[in-house]
Amino acid sequence: MSSNVSSSRPYAILAEFDTPADTMHAAEIVRDAGFKKWDVHTPFPVHGMDQAMGLKGSIVGYFTFAGGLTGVTLGMTMIWWMNQFDYAIVVGGKPLFSPLSAFPVSYELTILLGAFGTLFGMFSLNRLPRLHHPLLKHPRFRAATHDKFYVVIECADIKYSTAETKALLEKAGGKHIEFVEE
Amino acid sequence: MDASVDKASLRIVAPPVELEREPLVLKKRSLAWISDAVAGIAEGKTPTWWWAAFFPSVLLMLMCFSMIGYLISTGVGVWGLNHPIGWAWDITNFVFWIGIGHAGTLISAILFLLRQKWRTSINRAAEAMTLFAVACAGIFPLIHVGRIWLAWWLFPLPNANGIWPQFRSPLLWDVFAVSTYATVSLLFWYVGLIPDLATMRDRAKTAVRKFCYGLFALGWTGSNRHWSNYEKAYLLLAGLSTPLVLSVHSIVSFDFAVSQVPGWHTTIFPPYFVAGAIFSGFGMVLTLMIPLRTLCKLEDLITIRHIELMAKVILATGSMVGYAYGMEFFIAWYGGNPYELYAFKNRAFGPYWWAYWIMLSCNVISPQFFWFKKIRTNIVLVFILSIFVNIGMWFERFVIIVTSLHRDYLPSNWGYFKPTYVDILTFVGSFGLFMTLFLLFMRFLPVIAISEVKGVTPQADPHHPLGGAKGGHH
Repeated sequence: MSSNVSSSRPYAILAEFDTPADTMHAAEIVRDAGFKKWDVHTPFPVHGMDQAMGLKGSIVGYFTFAGGLTGVTLGMTMIWWMNQFDYAIVVGGKPLFSPLSAFPVSYELTILLGAFGTLFGMFSLNRLPRLHHPLLKHPRFRAATHDKFYVVIECADIKYSTAETKALLEKAGGKHIEFVEE
Repeated sequence: MDASVDKASLRIVAPPVELEREPLVLKKRSLAWISDAVAGIAEGKTPTWWWAAFFPSVLLMLMCFSMIGYLISTGVGVWGLNHPIGWAWDITNFVFWIGIGHAGTLISAILFLLRQKWRTSINRAAEAMTLFAVACAGIFPLIHVGRIWLAWWLFPLPNANGIWPQFRSPLLWDVFAVSTYATVSLLFWYVGLIPDLATMRDRAKTAVRKFCYGLFALGWTGSNRHWSNYEKAYLLLAGLSTPLVLSVHSIVSFDFAVSQVPGWHTTIFPPYFVAGAIFSGFGMVLTLMIPLRTLCKLEDLITIRHIELMAKVILATGSMVGYAYGMEFFIAWYGGNPYELYAFKNRAFGPYWWAYWIMLSCNVISPQFFWFKKIRTNIVLVFILSIFVNIGMWFERFVIIVTSLHRDYLPSNWGYFKPTYVDILTFVGSFGLFMTLFLLFMRFLPVIAISEVKGVTPQADPHHPLGGAKGGHH
C-alpha cells in the first residue's frame, strides 16, 4: 500500500479526470511532451483516444489470419489424410477426398482457430493475464472501471522528472495527482 | 485534428425534434449509475423470486438428468421412436435449442458489425442464452446415438479399429459446426465479460469475491493500450462469429437437405433454417428479457425501444419463415416430383395436420401482429407472442422431422410417432437445465455489458457536451 514507502520507489504518477474529453485533451499533451511509457485508463474504450495517444493500429488481425490459415490447412490435410490416405473407405461411390465435402469442416476449423488466434493474440499483445499490477493496489484507481479516467506516466520513462511531470499533469487539468508505489 | 479545416463548418446542427432518437439509456443516467444498477444485481441479497425460480428449475434439471440416466442404462427403446421414425423428439429438441442460440450470436456479432448500438443492453444476456441453449442442444444428439460411450468416435481420434470418421457425411459436419459454435460463442462471451469482471473485482466487498472476479478479469486495468487491441479482437471475433452463425444452422439443415428423403431434400433449407433460428432465438430473448428487466429493475437500460426493435426482428424473420413455407409448397408442386408433392400434402392434411397448423399459426400469423406499434410496445402482449414463437418453432422442427419420416415409400413402412413419458420429461427437463444455468448467470455475473452500455451514452463521447467537450475543441 502507499503507506509502506520505506524502500520502494514509485512505479508511476497518476492523474484523475472526470470526463473523456478532459482525458483526451490531457493525453494529447502527454503525447506531445514525448513520453513513451504512459497510458490512459478508462472504464470503456473512448473513441479517438488511440489517435490522442499516438497509438498505431492494433496488429491482432495477423494472429487471426495465422489462426485461420492454420485451421483451413489443418482441416483439408486432416480429411485427405484420414479418408483418402490412411484408411480409405468407399461410401456411396463418392470420391474419397473432395475439397467440396471437406469444405464445411475446414471452414469451421478456420473459424475456430481464427478465434483462438484472435484471443491469444490479444492476450499476448496486452501481456495478459497479469494478476498483480501496481495500479490495482492503488485505492483511487478502483474507479477506473467505474466512472473515472486516469492518465498514468511511469517513473521509468526517460522524460520523467518528479516535479516537471507533476506540473505537466496539473496543467493538463488532472485532479488528485498521486504516486503509485511499486 | 486538421487545422486547415474550418472549425465552424464542422459544427453539426441538432436534428429536428421529430427525428431525434430515443436515448438508449433513459433518464440521462450517469456512468456510475450504470455500474451500480447492473453490478448491484449480482451483489445484493438474493431476492425471493430468484429462489422461487431456481428451485423448480433445479428439480426439472435433475429430472432431465435422471431420464438421461435411464435412457443410457436401458437403451433408446425407452423413447417412442422406432422404424420408420428414426429421428423424433431427440433431433427436434436439438434443432430447437441450437436455433434459439442463434439470436444471441446475431445480437452480439451481426448487430455489432452493423453498428446497432442498441444491442449493448441485451447482448450479454442473449449470449449467455446462446451458451446455455447450445448446452441443452448438445445433449440430444449425444444421447440419441444409443451407445453414448462410443460418441467419441465422432471426433478424429485414433481408435482401436484404426478407422477415421467419415468426413463426407453431413452428420459429421454438424459435429464440427456445433462444437465450434459452442467454443467460439464462449470465447466471444468471455472476451466481452473481461472489463465487467474487472468492474466486479474493483467493487468487491469480500476477499473471496475479489479473488474470484479478479482471477477471471485477468488483471484488466482499462488501459487504453489494452482497449486498442481488445476492440480490434472484439471486432474480429464478431467478424468470425457472423459467418459462423450462418454456417451452423446451414449445416444443421444439411443433416436433412443432403439426404434423399422427400420433404427434406430441398435447397431452400439453409437460408430458411437460419431465418427460423433467428426468429426462434429472438422469441426466447424476449421471453427472458421481459421478466428480467422488470425483476431486476432495468427498465432504463432495456427500454421499450429495445423491445420494439426485437419485435421488428421477429416480424421480419417470421415473414421470411412464412415465405419459406409457401415456397416449399410451390416447389413441391412446380418441381413435378410426386413423392415430394405427397410429402407436403401429407404434412398439411395427413395424420400430423394438427402439428402443421399449430406451426403455421404460431410462426406465420402471430408475428404479423407486430406490424402494429401499439402491440410492439405493450410488453404483456409481446411476452405472450414471444411464447407463441417458441412453441411454433418447436413444432416446425417436429413437423419437418416426423412428418417427412413417418410415411416411407411403401405403405408397409408407415407409422405414427407417439412420445413416451421419457421423451416428454427429458425435453421438459432440458428447460430446467437452461433456466438453472441462466439464473446462476443472473446471480453471479453482470447481466448487461456494463462497459459497452457506458460506451454508447453521450457522457462517453468526448465530442459531446455531456462528455466534457467544450465548444470549438476538436
